[in-house]
Amino acid sequence: MNARTSRVLQCSAVLVAAGLVLTACGSSDDSSSSGASKSPSFSGRGPITYAAAKDSSGVVQKVIDSWNEQHPKEKVTFVQLPADVNQQRQQMIQNAETKSDAYTVLSLDVVWTSEFAAHQWIDQLPAAQFPLDKMLKPTVQTGQYRDNLYAVPQSSDGGVLYYRSDLLKKAGVAATPTTWAEMKAACAKVEKLPEAKGMDCYAGQFQKYEGLTVNFAEAVNSAGGVITDADGKPNVDTPEAKKGLDFLVDSFKDGTIPKEAITYQEEEGRQAFQSGKLVFLRNWPYVYSLAEKSKVAGKFEVAPLPGLTGAGSSSLGGHNVALSSFAENKATALDFMKFFTSQDTATTFLKDASMAPPYEALYDDQALVKQYPYLPVLKKSILNAVPRPRVVQYGDASSAIQQEAYAALNGDKSSAQALKDLQDELQKSAAQ
Amino acid sequence: MVDTKIPPGAADRTGSHTGKSPAPVKGSKRTWATAASGRTAALLVSPTLLVLTVVVLYPTLMALKESLYGTKGLDPQTGFISDTEPFVGLQNYADIFGDAGDRFWNAFWNTTFFTVTTVGLETLIGVAMALIMHRAFSGRALIRASILIPWAVPTAISGLLWRWIFNSDGIANALIGHQVLWTTEGFHAKVAVIIAEVWKTSPFIGLLVLAGLQVIPKEVYEAARLDGAGPLAQFWRITLPLVKPALLVAVLFRCLDALRMFDLPYLLIGAQKNSVETLSMLAQNEASNVRFGPAAAYAVLLFVYVFLIALGFVRLLGADLVGDVGGPARTKGKSRLRRGSIRNSAEVPTA
Repeated sequence: MNARTSRVLQCSAVLVAAGLVLTACGSSDDSSSSGASKSPSFSGRGPITYAAAKDSSGVVQKVIDSWNEQHPKEKVTFVQLPADVNQQRQQMIQNAETKSDAYTVLSLDVVWTSEFAAHQWIDQLPAAQFPLDKMLKPTVQTGQYRDNLYAVPQSSDGGVLYYRSDLLKKAGVAATPTTWAEMKAACAKVEKLPEAKGMDCYAGQFQKYEGLTVNFAEAVNSAGGVITDADGKPNVDTPEAKKGLDFLVDSFKDGTIPKEAITYQEEEGRQAFQSGKLVFLRNWPYVYSLAEKSKVAGKFEVAPLPGLTGAGSSSLGGHNVALSSFAENKATALDFMKFFTSQDTATTFLKDASMAPPYEALYDDQALVKQYPYLPVLKKSILNAVPRPRVVQYGDASSAIQQEAYAALNGDKSSAQALKDLQDELQKSAAQ
Repeated sequence: MVDTKIPPGAADRTGSHTGKSPAPVKGSKRTWATAASGRTAALLVSPTLLVLTVVVLYPTLMALKESLYGTKGLDPQTGFISDTEPFVGLQNYADIFGDAGDRFWNAFWNTTFFTVTTVGLETLIGVAMALIMHRAFSGRALIRASILIPWAVPTAISGLLWRWIFNSDGIANALIGHQVLWTTEGFHAKVAVIIAEVWKTSPFIGLLVLAGLQVIPKEVYEAARLDGAGPLAQFWRITLPLVKPALLVAVLFRCLDALRMFDLPYLLIGAQKNSVETLSMLAQNEASNVRFGPAAAYAVLLFVYVFLIALGFVRLLGADLVGDVGGPARTKGKSRLRRGSIRNSAEVPTA
């Protein structure tokens, strides 16, 4: 047994040595290329790739096919990433960490811009070459990092308030609520109706995930507060922010928001609204066409989100396109990005896949408004929207928000304490 | 204890390989032949060793190295993250005893709690399943197949299935007639994970124990019956001691599996929920926030924890994992039986 043991030791010693050699090889090129050039040159033409989430509608491939027909020598290949946003982000980061040129043009969620730009995983773009002035201003802001353009809006999204217009009418509520107090008053009237027995007033997304960050940010912004100020510094421990958070906390306490809404993501809320359990629901525009096919078809309408003293402000959703720093054929890539974010392409995306466009003009197009009656409301929502905190460590900021907001909604912490702790957490994360 | 000596025929059947390694015979010719065959053996296993080096040893060493590096810093002037990670030595490990340690220790205790509770329950239920599956009755094949279904369902799918069950207006709440919000923070979230995990992996223990049961010769039970042992005495004094080696292997495998639990709590309850965050989830979360150093440190700590548990099992409970390194101290019949049963049972999960 001793001889065996020593042989085992010998073997493993050899293995360890071999491993060390490999390690040494692997780490040799760690600190070579430092500081990518600040003004990238867009040179090189040839085939490129476009990396984005799996597209079930098939429109992305259709748009790329039309590009490929016109540019046979600069073909674009559509690299489909997983549908889950976190996995998309991880694959893009892995790709960047290995400095791979596998992805040329990246489809970034609007909240990733700062992180990708600060790591220099994406190139700064020539703002003058894109029709940014025709786009809704908040959408353009999501593509900027330190006032420089790093990503161009391709689609947008904003939260809207779905409400049961039939019940409101019956209860004698003439005007659509624009403030939280009006909404609660409308609910009190509606809930006296016999057909509204057992219905709850309002719900959004309050499960502990990115949706809670969105709903918390909306509540704070709608009450006049901010999470990060104009310079990107956290400033959430304010009376305004407290009023916003208190709206959610009090609504949970007095039953305006049903208890189970603490488990709601988008889909749970949509199902509750469609099965007639809710009078008001905060959700994204995608719900509209689905609800039109449900029990509540024709009985609901959309409105801008309510706020503390007037119309509230939404968080911004959507996607931007950016150029990977490690890609080749950047001249082609820049041309493709211009094509992909053009107003014509945005019209196609809106018509065929109901993706909200960044272009202001499309929201006023009568034919399109007929197809999507929620467009005017969505335009207001996006124009009033405040982007979620634009910080480099967005993942940490969002985790901290979810942690503290969730504790406040559950009643584990007072809203004042939660905001104080959140301010500390955000400062810590920003100092890193 | 009932004497567990088994007939020579059975011993040959189960452990005949033990006699095949004769002691080295003195004499130069024989030694030379052994050395040559040793070289051939080394040559033959070298591809395996090379593969192991590349896929096991190299990543492990890289993780160790990475765990000594910190997070890339942000230059406030340019707004860019620096290219290189600072070398911080053992800082990442020291941090778990500081402020940032709360989250680590929470994850550590969650991991430990899940391992102890799920493996404990699984062992009880798994053994019961095995005893049922071992019985000869009509429809046995059907029962065996249906008991194995949860094990065959991928964890990701079962996580989604249980999320429906534990939905606010799901079946679980309808059954207990009281609304519990299972996917919110709190002890009920732990309970949900434990139920789903036990449901899924009890069949694994059942399967391994069943394989162990099948190599117990019927003669032993016959002899016990003649001596007047009741069913309970038979279970405690024959079934359990004889199935112990297989059961220990099963429990060890489950422990190692449960210690690196990730997908079930992640899908069922959600990421970053303090109540159910395990060490694997913590490491994944750090890595996804581009803090590879701390992530690697957590992963290394989990690796060490798993390693210590495995070592403890082998040392304290004598789980004979590597059949050929059996100590000479054991009685021959016992160790033969042990090896035989493990060999048989160890083949089951890969099938």
